[in-house]
Amino acid sequence: MSVVEASQATGKAAAAVSNKPRRNAVSDGSTRTSRTVRYILLLLFLLFVLTPVYVVLITSFKTSQDTTAAAQWSLPETWTLEPWRKAWDVLQPYMVRSLTLAVPAAIIASLIGSANGFVLARWRFPGANLVFAFILFGMFIPYQAVMLPLRQTYQELDVTRGIPTLLITHVIYGIPICTLIFRNYYATVVPMEIIESARVDGAGLIQTYARIILPISISGFVVTLIWQFTSVWNDFLFALFLTQQNNGPVTLGLAALSGGQKVDYAASMAGALITSFPTLLVYIVLGRWFIGGLMAGALKG
Amino acid sequence: MHGRIRTWGPGALVLLPTVLLLGYFVYGLIAWTFNTSLTDKHNARPVPTNHVGFENYVNLFGEERFLNSLKNLGVLTVAFIVGTLIFGLLWALLLEKGVPGEGIFRSVFLFPMAVSMIASGVVWGWLLNPSQGDDARGLNRLFSILHLNFLENPWWTAGSRWTTMASIALPAVWQLSGYIMALFLAGFRGIPPELREAARVDGASEFKLYRYVLFPQLSPIALSALIILGHMSLKLFDLIYAITGPNQFRTEVPSVYMWNTLLRSDMAKAAAIAIVLLAVVAVLVIPYVAYTVRQESEE
Repeated sequence: MSVVEASQATGKAAAAVSNKPRRNAVSDGSTRTSRTVRYILLLLFLLFVLTPVYVVLITSFKTSQDTTAAAQWSLPETWTLEPWRKAWDVLQPYMVRSLTLAVPAAIIASLIGSANGFVLARWRFPGANLVFAFILFGMFIPYQAVMLPLRQTYQELDVTRGIPTLLITHVIYGIPICTLIFRNYYATVVPMEIIESARVDGAGLIQTYARIILPISISGFVVTLIWQFTSVWNDFLFALFLTQQNNGPVTLGLAALSGGQKVDYAASMAGALITSFPTLLVYIVLGRWFIGGLMAGALKG
Repeated sequence: MHGRIRTWGPGALVLLPTVLLLGYFVYGLIAWTFNTSLTDKHNARPVPTNHVGFENYVNLFGEERFLNSLKNLGVLTVAFIVGTLIFGLLWALLLEKGVPGEGIFRSVFLFPMAVSMIASGVVWGWLLNPSQGDDARGLNRLFSILHLNFLENPWWTAGSRWTTMASIALPAVWQLSGYIMALFLAGFRGIPPELREAARVDGASEFKLYRYVLFPQLSPIALSALIILGHMSLKLFDLIYAITGPNQFRTEVPSVYMWNTLLRSDMAKAAAIAIVLLAVVAVLVIPYVAYTVRQESEE
């Protein structure tokens, strides 16, 4: 599957994953024993995936005397919210900064990606394929290769490194993936005939985009917004290079809370949960779209 | 001609800002990094620098620490890709025909993907505590509770390169197997049911059905998965930073080494490491992008 096919399949694949399997596949070919074996295996894997969750959760409610080696896997002797309070006190400003970062970064990159994607899919010009390749490659570069001069550029422009510079950075490096997602989305959902008849009627690009394309773009936007929000929220590398501890996003806050000589394990577990909460919420509430985003992100990784 | 420009012009104009931005921030900055890597800018002093050709690269490849980081990366990549593919494919196979509560399994297997590598690293760093015996914490303590003491081990802190890097790969496998499962599951569900029917009518066993009919259909997905995982592994940074701290020779990979080099303000060397990393990624990705775009032009 090429990059493009993969993301063209995005919608379909997300639907396929969230759909029930075909019934005929269940009924034949598998005996009851093999079904039981499968089920037991699945439950074991479920335990494997959830084990860290269990220990993180219980630890986050423990007093510091309770986090001894021997008691590590047992429920708290006394339940306390103290670690959560402690973690929240440290993380709260970081959480606010991350929100003011991730929400606009996701929206702006999605808007630009949508306009680009429309042109590349349905308003093509000579050489559009070259431009497409040019953008596509930008998606895969390791950020280490641009990080050093990026920092210098901001220095020379004399802007203070912090959330605004991080926001600009995330928008720029988010454009390729958003463009790709929208390009493939429009290529599959918008019939060329509609665009051509609009052109015949004398509608220009902006009119066509505003009247025909934008109204049917909602599911495309949900996918890019989720993808961008999650990757900006979870980013650590850019944050480390482009901001400081005292004006950085939440990943830096968590690293600070959990690093150092004397680590408060209960608080750092609570912190891991607190910082994961927004992306987990997206995952839970918009699960199906989240899969769509992941499928599209298959292309970036 | 004038009419053509009128129809094409606006489209090209829409893309212009993106092309300019990426031209500078991707291609321009890569050229800048490359240029820095050819200089002798080894400290923070603002003295004029000289071009020294490929000296930094020659030094890097003659340096034990860098070669160590490359070897670590190789082992990490193999462990991560093999582990994730096995789990992902296995989960997809188990779910593929449908089981009661399928949605729950799918959701649980996928959720670690929503968590940041830093958060996951904080948690796993704690689970991979090296203490053993009475002092055992983390997974080692769990093993001793389950009377599986033989599984207790020092994780990334002692032992061979393989055990060290496999310990680092374990959390990454935990995070991404669900993703690979979703890719394969979508692949299975996308295969037309007629294919299975036909194979069964022809008397194919379950094993033969998978081996000769279903798996070949999935090979494009497997290739995508390979590219995605390989490319993630090459850039892996956060997880190592959170689990072992950034300054650990045992677990150092080029991306982490670059960070350490940068902390010492050795710009030229950091740039050279970054360019090596880019080259490795490019070897993997350029054929993929080229293939994709060629396919597009043929349409």
